[in-house]
This record gives sequence, structure tokens and C-alpha cells, in this order.
Amino acid sequence: MEKLRYERPLIKRLESEMPNKFGMKAEHFPKSHIDGVAVKDLIEAHGSPLFVLSEKTIRNTYQRAKKAFSTRYPKVQFAWSYKTNYMDAVCNIYHQEGSWAEVVSGFEYDKAIKNGVPGKRIIFNGPDKTIADLTKAIQNESLIHIDHLDELYTIVELTETIKKRPRVAIRVNMDTGVYPMWDRFGFNYENGQAWDALNKIMASGKMDLIGLHTHIGTFMLSAKAYGVAARKLADLALGLKRKYNHEVKYIDLGGGFPSKNTLKGAYLPGNDTNPVFDDFAEEIASALLNAEFSPDALPLLILETGRALVDDAGFLLGTVISNKRSSKGKRSTIIDIGVNLLFTSFWYDHKITPAQDFTHFNEETTVFGPLCMNIDVIRESAVLPLLNKGDHFVIHTVGAYNMTQWMQFITLRPRIVLIGLDEKVHIIREAETMDSFNKFENMPDYLKKFEL
Amino acid sequence: MKIKPNIAVSDSGFVFNPDTGESFTVNPIGVEIINLLKENKETSEISNQVRVKYTVDQPTFEKDFDDFIGLMRNYSLIEND
Repeated sequence: MEKLRYERPLIKRLESEMPNKFGMKAEHFPKSHIDGVAVKDLIEAHGSPLFVLSEKTIRNTYQRAKKAFSTRYPKVQFAWSYKTNYMDAVCNIYHQEGSWAEVVSGFEYDKAIKNGVPGKRIIFNGPDKTIADLTKAIQNESLIHIDHLDELYTIVELTETIKKRPRVAIRVNMDTGVYPMWDRFGFNYENGQAWDALNKIMASGKMDLIGLHTHIGTFMLSAKAYGVAARKLADLALGLKRKYNHEVKYIDLGGGFPSKNTLKGAYLPGNDTNPVFDDFAEEIASALLNAEFSPDALPLLILETGRALVDDAGFLLGTVISNKRSSKGKRSTIIDIGVNLLFTSFWYDHKITPAQDFTHFNEETTVFGPLCMNIDVIRESAVLPLLNKGDHFVIHTVGAYNMTQWMQFITLRPRIVLIGLDEKVHIIREAETMDSFNKFENMPDYLKKFEL
Repeated sequence: MKIKPNIAVSDSGFVFNPDTGESFTVNPIGVEIINLLKENKETSEISNQVRVKYTVDQPTFEKDFDDFIGLMRNYSLIEND
């Protein structure tokens, strides 16, 4: 006789409380497959934990975003935000879809070049561009988004030796009515810093001012703030036209659109409440179309969306190590995924779904990672079906930032696989090994021997 | 250990304690364990029966069983030794 699947015995006191209109839907179905590939097979072949990316979701999400903007505004260009996920395979999917590259360091710049992105199609953001970085970017005719006056003066200096006119924009920070206001990057709109920088660029006569850029925040839950930002950049662009008869080629609204993740402390799941591409597109397109640009001189709209494009395409597969009960009686489950791999668990309540069948019984559970550190908590409280030791599960919406901000701590980082459109599994980053880690260490001769 | 004799258990997993007026929900394997306890089965016998029927090893079941009994004791469903 075949044995039945085991579920640990559970008894729960029935408590009558005020009905909760914000009742969270419990998990009803296991996430046994990703794009047709069984989670069990993926873990068997590639180990646990395992990052999995869905090419189908990446492309579908990109096409949805592109459609939302291009149906509302005639000139739209996306630039893939490398820092969100710079696995080469991921970047190249976006480049195949038509995205330029948006980078924030020399390392990312070199990655984009290596991936085959033409220099002219690389947007170089960030406050730390070295002289070598700027030299390379000028020579490659990349779009340099100036962050501060020191950078501006460095570029002016470089034009003395480089026989090319740098193609530049300035990054503008501004009050869009949201808190906190990001004012550490770029030049402020309200206090005149932005105009000061624009005047200095125009007065220098040594570079081509071709764009205006802003990036107003991250995981923005208000689409209206983008309308404000677009109006303020449009105002600067129209001011340049009036004062210098100079037309900027593009307005870059940066990124910051939220994914479907749920922020910690939110009442409702992000999936139900976060604004979608159409909301942002409506605000931005309306603001630009209603500004006083001549219809034949509308600037190109550039978007550096990262998180909202890739987050949903990422899954993290793992295995239950143990179930425990705390001193206060609360259930806790230890899994083989810690905050070192799931950096975003510091600010999201990530959705966790078992990968195998389960019953309707569930238990409020704290989900701990395997690190020997008190901060290693993946979910402080999650209502989960009854997971057994050795069970597999899927953590959803992990495609953004985790594969770039993950930490090598007490263990080695796992493989990343991509499920292609043909449902074939491609390894796009190997798991680290002791050898790959030790490659960076050197042992001084006098420390090689010891006796215990 | 013995379950209190006046505890009512339905096949669907509804448990009622008339001493406190509290009611509980229990999953099917929990109902099986409670029924075996009502038949005064020993822990080892319960463990054997469950392991014959379900895909679970002895250490895992015994850990879960202890946890389950601990909760029942906490809810005053088990007679004091």
C-alpha cells in the first residue's frame, strides 16, 4: 500500500474576533512548476537554494510596459537598469527587446560594452565616475548624466585633451510631493541649482547638452509624482529653448516604479494596490504632451525602469531545514535561504508558496534563514501551510536587486538558471565554489604553518 | 498520558472542551492521534501506526508528536499526570 503524504499534527484554538476586511488570502495551490519545469526537478539538478528567472515573464513584462508608454507618447526608449540585475543573460534579453543600457559605475559600464551595447546607447548615471570612466564615456559618445559640479568641471577639463564633445545631461532632484524627497543626487530644481548647472554647461560651449534626467525615488506608490517630475523637467527644457534657443533631445524620468511585492507594514498585498505601468504612463505622457513643446520637437522619453520589469520574473527555490516552536509558543520554520541571498526581505514581505501539495490547514509562522545571526529573518509572520522538513518552496518576486546585492556570508552563493522561451533550463551563473572564493585570498608564508 | 474523557472530537476535526467552552480545529492526522489517545494507546504504538500509514521517519514524527501533545496540554485537553 502506498503511504500517504505526511502532514504534521496540528491543533488550533478557534477564536472569535472582529472580522478582518483586510483578510489575506491563504495559499490555495502549490507552485510546483515554473514555466512548465518542475521545481522538484530544478532543485534535483541544480541544488537548493536556487535562483530561477523566467525569460517569458521578463519579455512579457517589458512588452506590457513598452505598450503602456508607446500607446500614449510617440517617442519612448527604455534603458535597462544594470544595477537591478546585471546578469549578462538578463541584460541581453532587454537589449534584444530594444533597451539601451543604464549604468552607474565603471564596472557596469564595462559590462554593457562587453555585452555589445554601442557606447552611444549607454546612459552613465551615478555620483562616482572616475576620470578613466569619463574619458571612456566621452570617447564612446555615451550619455553622461552629470551628478554634481565637481563632475561638470572635470568634464570641462577633459575636453582640453579629448577631441570629442561630451554628450551630457544633468540629473535634477526636485519636490514632487512625496516623502522622503531624494535630494542627494543631482542638482535641485526648486533652489536654482539645476539652472546654475545648465547655465554653466551652456556657457562652457564645450559639451552638447542633450538631455534632462531625474529619478525621484524608489518603489513609488504615487503615479502623480511622475506627472509633477515630468512637468518640472519640461519647464527646464522649455526654459533652455527660450534662453538659448537650445532644444534638448530627451527627457529621462529614471526609474522607481514598484513591482508587485508587498512592502513591510502594508495592509494589502502589493499585487492589489501598487500602481501599474498604465498609471505611470498616463501621468508622464499627459504632462509632456500638455507642456508647450512644439509638436514636431517633442523630446524622446527615456525610462530607466528596473525593478518593475524584472522583479516578477525571479523566483528563489529553497528547502525546509526544520520546524521549531519558540519559547512563547510561536511556530518557526528554518529554511536554507538567508538574508544574504534574499536582501530584499529587509523591506518586503515576500510571498512564499510550497512546491508540493498541501491541505487547507495553516499556521502562523516566523520564517528564519540558516545564518547564525539574529537578523536572519525572511518573514516575521507568515500564514503558511504545514511544511515538513525537506519540503521545497518558492519565494516569489525576487528578480530585482537580489542577484546584485547578495552577500557571500558563511556559505557560497548558489546557481542562477534561466528558463528560456522553449522551457529549456540554462545555467546563467554557476554556483560559487571554495576554489572560486579562495582565488582572491593570499596566505603570507609565515602564516602557513601552525601547531595545535 | 491521557486525554480528558469529556473532550468531544468529531471526525471532521472539531474538538470541544466543555470545561472551558473552548473549541479547536484539528487536521486529519491530529484527529487520528487524538482517537488513538482516547483508546489509551502508548506513544510507541501511535508512532508505529502513523509511520505505517504516512511517509514520515520516526525522529520527525516523534518531534511533531511531542509538539502536538505540548499544545494539547497547554490547551488543558490532557489530564495532568
